[in-house]
Amino acid sequence: MTTNTLTKPAPAAAGSTGPYAARIQHVSKSFGRPGAQQQVLDNISIDVTPGEFVCLLGASGCGKSTLLSLVAGLDKPSAGTIETPGGRPALMFQEHALFPWLTAGRNIELALRMRGVPRAERRGEAERLLELVRLKGAYGKRVHELSGGMRQRVAMARALAQDSQLLLMDEPFAALDAITRDVLHDELTRIWHETNLSVLFVTHNVREAVRLGERVVLLSSRPGRVAREWQVDIPQPRRIEDSAVADLSVEITEQLRGEIRRHGQH
Amino acid sequence: MASTETTTPSTTGKPDDDPTGPATAPDAEAPAGPAADSPAEAAAGATAEGDTTAAAAGTAVSTGAPATAAGESRPAAGDLAGLEAGLDALDSTVVSRQPWLRTLLSKAFPPLIAIAIVLGLWQLAYHFQLKPHYLLPSPLDVFRSLQQKWLEGTLLSFVWTSVSRGALGFLASVAIGTVLGLIVARVKPVRAAIGPILSGLQSLPSVAWVPAAIIWFGLSDATIYAVVLLGAVPSIANGLVSGVDQISPLYLRAGRTVGATGLAGVRHVLLPAALPGYLAGLKQGWAFSWRSLMAAELIVNAPDLGTGLGQLLEQGRELQDMSWVLGAILLILIVGIGIELLIFAPIERRVLRSRGLLVKS
Ligand SMILES: Nc1ncnc2c1ncn2[C@@H]1O[C@H](COP(=O)(O)OP(=O)(O)O)[C@@H](O)[C@H]1O
Ligand SMILES: [Mg+2]
Repeated sequence: MTTNTLTKPAPAAAGSTGPYAARIQHVSKSFGRPGAQQQVLDNISIDVTPGEFVCLLGASGCGKSTLLSLVAGLDKPSAGTIETPGGRPALMFQEHALFPWLTAGRNIELALRMRGVPRAERRGEAERLLELVRLKGAYGKRVHELSGGMRQRVAMARALAQDSQLLLMDEPFAALDAITRDVLHDELTRIWHETNLSVLFVTHNVREAVRLGERVVLLSSRPGRVAREWQVDIPQPRRIEDSAVADLSVEITEQLRGEIRRHGQH
Repeated sequence: MASTETTTPSTTGKPDDDPTGPATAPDAEAPAGPAADSPAEAAAGATAEGDTTAAAAGTAVSTGAPATAAGESRPAAGDLAGLEAGLDALDSTVVSRQPWLRTLLSKAFPPLIAIAIVLGLWQLAYHFQLKPHYLLPSPLDVFRSLQQKWLEGTLLSFVWTSVSRGALGFLASVAIGTVLGLIVARVKPVRAAIGPILSGLQSLPSVAWVPAAIIWFGLSDATIYAVVLLGAVPSIANGLVSGVDQISPLYLRAGRTVGATGLAGVRHVLLPAALPGYLAGLKQGWAFSWRSLMAAELIVNAPDLGTGLGQLLEQGRELQDMSWVLGAILLILIVGIGIELLIFAPIERRVLRSRGLLVKS
């Protein structure tokens, strides 16, 4: 067993100043009618600096997707503010959410078109993005002709087509088999290195969070609060089975289990 | 298993799908069990990952999965593209299509046999005089009656009159029904107000509108078109409404994240996503147009109106000419089925196939 020298708990980032790709400040979110409200998120503050890769970790139902929807601007917080200075963030879901009536290439071109890219440039740009996710030649393929991993890569290309500073990912690899997921981890790390993207990556998989993130933020459940943060100083490229990844995962898992256990005690 | 081990060893002692070991479950899939999306997927993920870890640890606690999978899951750094290409090739669906001639034969043959049997029974009934010949003519009599009108050069013009009326009425219904359907589908108060009425209207036989239309518009083309519209608009609008209702919310969210909002959202996401339901509505709308048109033509009969198939049918009844009447019925049926088969069926098949929704039987 290696020791914890590679990891150090970081102080909560709330209140930190300087440039940021996303600034979530004191955000709360409740659902339901007044009177019978369910508070899902409680006073969440997270800053994502430009180029940073932050993993948001939490048990199922703790409000990770809700928070991402708020950051993506698909819903409004009940309290607090969210700023994304780089414009509308790109969002990737667990399900690929590609449009089945368009080919892979056209899916990407739609995002380009909505961004205002002139018609003449769209095709070339779509091909370039497909090449970036190593899907050269998939331009004319229909969504149902692609495998799960290929669909998520096209979805990634479509998200990149938005040319946003910030990429939000909501458990994008959760439905994939382990080998494909492993490969896509490598791809995502590579693409993140090649671009100057900031990534806010949601997962319930501790190892995935440690494998990918520069910082791991653990959310508690009901209501969702920032329970703790870890700075992950393991150098990239990491592998999910690296001992350093495993060690930190054990530590985080213990904390996560503690959070979950609290809910069984009443 | 240890022999396939080529890369850096891990210190993890056990496969991480072991749900009982608190200190050796680095993968949150075990503690956060309910989060997995399907039991099968969770099981697959856990087993495969567990196997990977077992191989990495070298202290083989085998989960029963083949050793090769573990070896493949740890490529050298430069090997990623090749590994990915292999995964893609293994996991893609190959869509193959039957030769069209065989499809045609297998589709066309059974109905042809059914038709032949019906004609045979008919001929037998005629032969044994189940009814007097003037009440039940033979298939050949009907054919001759149609042939005679063909030779007079009037048959095609009857068909054309009806088809052009039907097509015009249908296109107008599409325009109105589409706008109406979109409004009903997307505007909540409108939907609450007229949604139920719209679906109720579908069960009202459009013949019921004919007297009202005659009182409004007299014996004119306007009457005929009014009846067609009242028959077809509700089914087209309802088809679009149910098409929109069936859209996965995921597509709407995806549309909004790529910036397709407002009219662009309707055009690039809402309408294409609703297309299968919309097409079903159009198909039904055509059937209703054609039915309503025949009902209207049958009743709205004026010399200056031009003779369509419905009027042809009515003339046959006035002359008590059964072959004429049966011939007209046959034509109405053939045109209705023909347009469905030649226009709507291919479009629908193309749309469904391109989305992978057409299951090969
Ligand atoms: N639109 C909504 N209306 C009511 N409750 C909701 C809504 N969206 C999410 N919730 C609730 O919020 C909680 C967190 O959901 P979610 O953000 O999807 O969790 P996670 O993504 O972490 O699994 C759940 O208990 C869920 O029932
Ligand atoms: Mg979620």
